[in-house]
Amino acid sequence: MTAANIWAKDMALLNGAALEHDQKREGRQLFMLCSPGILLAFFLLCLPIGWLFWFSFVDAAGSPTLEHYSRIWNEGAYVQIFLVTFETSLLVTAICILLGYPLAYCLSQMSQKWSGIVMLGVLVPFWTSLLVRTYAWLVLLQRKGVINNLLVDSGLISQPLPLVNNLTGTIIGMVHIMVPFLVLPLYASMKSIDGTYLRAAANLGASPTKAFWQVYLPLSLPGLVAGMVLTFILCLGFYITPAVLGGGRVQFIAQRIQTSVNLYPTWGPASALGVVLLVLTLAILLISQLALNRWRRRLG
Amino acid sequence: MESHVTHWQRWWLYGLTGLTIFFLVLPSLIVIPMSFSGTTSMMFPPPAWSTRWYEAFFSSSQWLTATWVSVQVSLCTVIVATPIGVAAAYGLHHGRFVFGQAIYGMLIASLMVPVILIAVGAFFLFAQLHMVNTKPALVLCDSLLAVPFVLVTVSAGFKGFDFNQEQVARSLGASRLKAFFTVTLPQVRASVVAGAFFAFIIAFDEVVIASMLSGGDNATLTNLMFASLRNEIDPTIAAISTLMILLTTLPPLIGHIIMLRRRRNAL
Repeated sequence: MTAANIWAKDMALLNGAALEHDQKREGRQLFMLCSPGILLAFFLLCLPIGWLFWFSFVDAAGSPTLEHYSRIWNEGAYVQIFLVTFETSLLVTAICILLGYPLAYCLSQMSQKWSGIVMLGVLVPFWTSLLVRTYAWLVLLQRKGVINNLLVDSGLISQPLPLVNNLTGTIIGMVHIMVPFLVLPLYASMKSIDGTYLRAAANLGASPTKAFWQVYLPLSLPGLVAGMVLTFILCLGFYITPAVLGGGRVQFIAQRIQTSVNLYPTWGPASALGVVLLVLTLAILLISQLALNRWRRRLG
Repeated sequence: MESHVTHWQRWWLYGLTGLTIFFLVLPSLIVIPMSFSGTTSMMFPPPAWSTRWYEAFFSSSQWLTATWVSVQVSLCTVIVATPIGVAAAYGLHHGRFVFGQAIYGMLIASLMVPVILIAVGAFFLFAQLHMVNTKPALVLCDSLLAVPFVLVTVSAGFKGFDFNQEQVARSLGASRLKAFFTVTLPQVRASVVAGAFFAFIIAFDEVVIASMLSGGDNATLTNLMFASLRNEIDPTIAAISTLMILLTTLPPLIGHIIMLRRRRNAL
């Protein structure tokens, strides 16, 4: 081997090491850019929730216990709260699909000009404060509210309907908040469906109805499921809407957590409820994500 | 032969869509006229018109103080959350981290956790630090909620930007920081502004955390509204709601219209 060859090889090695060093430094710098956000999430999210986990497993004296969980499991009141939260969330999700699927479908079929205008009808409530919308529903649905007044004045009903301060009002308010959350991802996924599939189905003799059920609907299902899961888990955490439109008659898990904080001298009961809510939410999210990934892979 | 569905055969679809849109915009449409009502009753249309609820709002020191608190907290949230979100979006866009997915997940985790849990956890944390009922505590919590929105909006902006331009600036001698501020940032500013606006709205609208972490002189507007809605409905809320609808829908509405215009011009 000549001297020149050795020199070239050393240079290459040196150069490689320097490049690697540079790359590592760049990686560190880029990570530093992410660190403020990570620190914020760590101190305000991971740390407090870790504490809540810990509190849920200890009693007032600080020794390990499962009493907070056994209370949730055994007391009828808690079981009732979980049932109400889950049933209402399921119902709201179902209504959102019934209203949101045709809306998203219609939007995806419209010309750009029209879909831009109709889209505003979805976006304006989406941008409006949740509290403002809850207030508006209170005005609309009250005993002497706008809807009851209109119905009584027109002679359709003689007695005002109990539309608010109950489950009905809660469901109406929740559906109103959740429809955009379902429509926006669904619309995005419908827009990406290739129209040639439908034309191919029509060419092969499928009626429009058949083409819809056998081609379009299956293609739109991943988007629908994604929106559905989002809607459902957001419903599980609802606090404001049941508190205002339920008028104290509808108790969701989130409200119970808030009451438990004030009610009990220790953090245990509230923490245990919070842990159950969090674990359920994350489990639903994780399972649906895995199922969706698998599905997408199968669809190729 | 291909069969074709006419618009007429789809009347039910258009009808259903129309009804859903009506359902969605109805509350906003009803609040605005109600705020100009001359009576305390919920009659619609109001039997008399007046601006008395706006006068009530602008002459109540309680409502005005709360509004000022909300504005301060929201502006501070913008100042805290926007740089954090933009920096993280840049880091994630360029970095090839082994745990890239985990870092992203951590940054947007606050979207997946029910807000009540964040509120209870933050209440506990700030109780230890004697910071309950302070604005900084609220700003930090609101920033936690706002960062994912800034991150997602700005990341989308970065995806549509050709970073070779930044490379060119750097090869011509600009530092990475200078290249970012003079070449990249001006071209992705729309997404940064949108992210900052999101941060403002999220902080301004936040109720759950505010109802646990703010009180007394530091109670936010939403906190006061929530308390009022649970007890007795004060028609002043209609006036406040109208102002809030204008505040939160006008800027994105203008943005949406500009976008539609541009799209039409591009065609």
